[in-house]
Amino acid sequence: MKFLVVCGHGLGSSFMVEMNAEQALKELGAPDNVEVDHSDLGSAASDMADIFITGKDLEDNVASLGELIVLSNILDKDELKGKLKAKLEEKNII
Amino acid sequence: MDALLSILVDILSQPAVLVAIIAFIGLVMQQKSAADVTKGTTKTLLGFIVLSAGAGVVSTSLTPFGKMFQEAFGVQGVVPNNEAIISIALENYGSTAALIMVFGMLINIFIARVTNLKYIFLTGHHTFYMAAFLAIILTVADLNGTMLIVVGSIALGLIMSMFPAMAQPAMRRITGNNQVGLGHFGTISYISSAGIGMLFKKGSKSTEDINFPKGLSFLRDSSVSISLTMVVIYIIAALFAGHTFVEENLSGGTNYIVYSLIQGVTFAAGVFIILSGVRLILAEIVPAFKGISERLVPNSSPALDCPIVFPYAPNAVLIGFFSSFIAGVIGMFVLFITGGVVILPGVVPHFFLGATSGVFGNATGGVKGAVFGSFVNGIIITFLPILFLPLLGDLGNAATTFSDTDFLVVGIVLGNIGKFLGQFGIILTIVAAGVIAILVKAKVGKRQPE
Repeated sequence: MKFLVVCGHGLGSSFMVEMNAEQALKELGAPDNVEVDHSDLGSAASDMADIFITGKDLEDNVASLGELIVLSNILDKDELKGKLKAKLEEKNII
Repeated sequence: MDALLSILVDILSQPAVLVAIIAFIGLVMQQKSAADVTKGTTKTLLGFIVLSAGAGVVSTSLTPFGKMFQEAFGVQGVVPNNEAIISIALENYGSTAALIMVFGMLINIFIARVTNLKYIFLTGHHTFYMAAFLAIILTVADLNGTMLIVVGSIALGLIMSMFPAMAQPAMRRITGNNQVGLGHFGTISYISSAGIGMLFKKGSKSTEDINFPKGLSFLRDSSVSISLTMVVIYIIAALFAGHTFVEENLSGGTNYIVYSLIQGVTFAAGVFIILSGVRLILAEIVPAFKGISERLVPNSSPALDCPIVFPYAPNAVLIGFFSSFIAGVIGMFVLFITGGVVILPGVVPHFFLGATSGVFGNATGGVKGAVFGSFVNGIIITFLPILFLPLLGDLGNAATTFSDTDFLVVGIVLGNIGKFLGQFGIILTIVAAGVIAILVKAKVGKRQPE
């Protein structure tokens, strides 16, 4: 199971969200094979991950890649954690 | 002993090895598993090599462009792009930059711990670029050896603490709280834009109240937007240089338009490779920095990359980009007429700085604030490089340069002080800036309790 956080440049904000996601996954007790990585829009491809995470401003650009988690506030750790939890429960991972 | 010393010198003069060692120490200190330490260290080393490879690609594209532009217009054309100039600069300044980066980060933590400037600057690529930038500026100002690293690190740590503090009053208006700071070196543009927005306090509605076409959001994809603009810029230069010049001197007979198309995209490809390298280098260093700072300074705010403000005003993002870019194009024509170096509108700085200026301008002055604030940003980043290029030493002749406002402002200030007052002047300025920042923050903090 892999998450990919996507932003325009693939350097700053996606990296930040990746670090928050890793922390959230640890708190949620997700197994070790749940991974998170980050990327820019240009490099992101649908085979790079199972679920893509992005902010609502880039939703349209990322939609074609596959299953999404869209964050209305990319800084909000609680929103991220809640949405990750819902996804992982839906997939019977936690 | 001499043999050992020479190995040590070789290690320290190879930035790739040096950065890998830094990552290794960071990983060991976090008590990661042997597998993670090996993986992280190797990836960091790989990242630096990838970055250097990208530098080669960017340079092969920029050299013919410089010649074409010179032939076409009789003046030097410069495309500001941080990644391109950094990759070229690292050849000579790599080790110094790596050391300044690490010690600068530690000083940032120290400042957050002991003063009221409680920001931890987490935008790793900008930290890295600023470290390389300071290495250049201070070397040109005749600092070297240990002194260069010490002064550079203190300057970097202070810059990482001070600029987010300067942006905070406007950030609070945008995000509605003090939880995060802005860590992106376009700060001077952003606060200017917020200031300009104040002029339109009354009678301008927010950018988010208007309907704005969304079809242009593919420009958010930086590799696409760099390719498109560089192809346009290249083809224009080729058209003016003429097909005989290009085909005889540069392209080896290939049609000049086809050649320009390929070279324009080659530039974007180079930036793409450099970004992948930067991503690999930062992958281990930034989380370590974040972990250490959270443990040592629990009450600090993270200063984050500029796209964090984009969701607060998506329309202002596009309006800001266009307004800034138009200012850049107008500025370019003005520079053509006045002669001398011509700064071409680089799409990356106009996008990120223009968009962020748009969001800041909108926060204080609605649509008008966004339009005029980002327009001023476009003018700033077009004209400041002219003052700044002579201070870069040999790198001032490259067809590319630093693009973001804070690099330009810091460069112009420190570069000129170094030129006229020497090392002592630079050190005095850094200390004075730190003291002023702490005092101002204390005063503002009293007025607006957090």
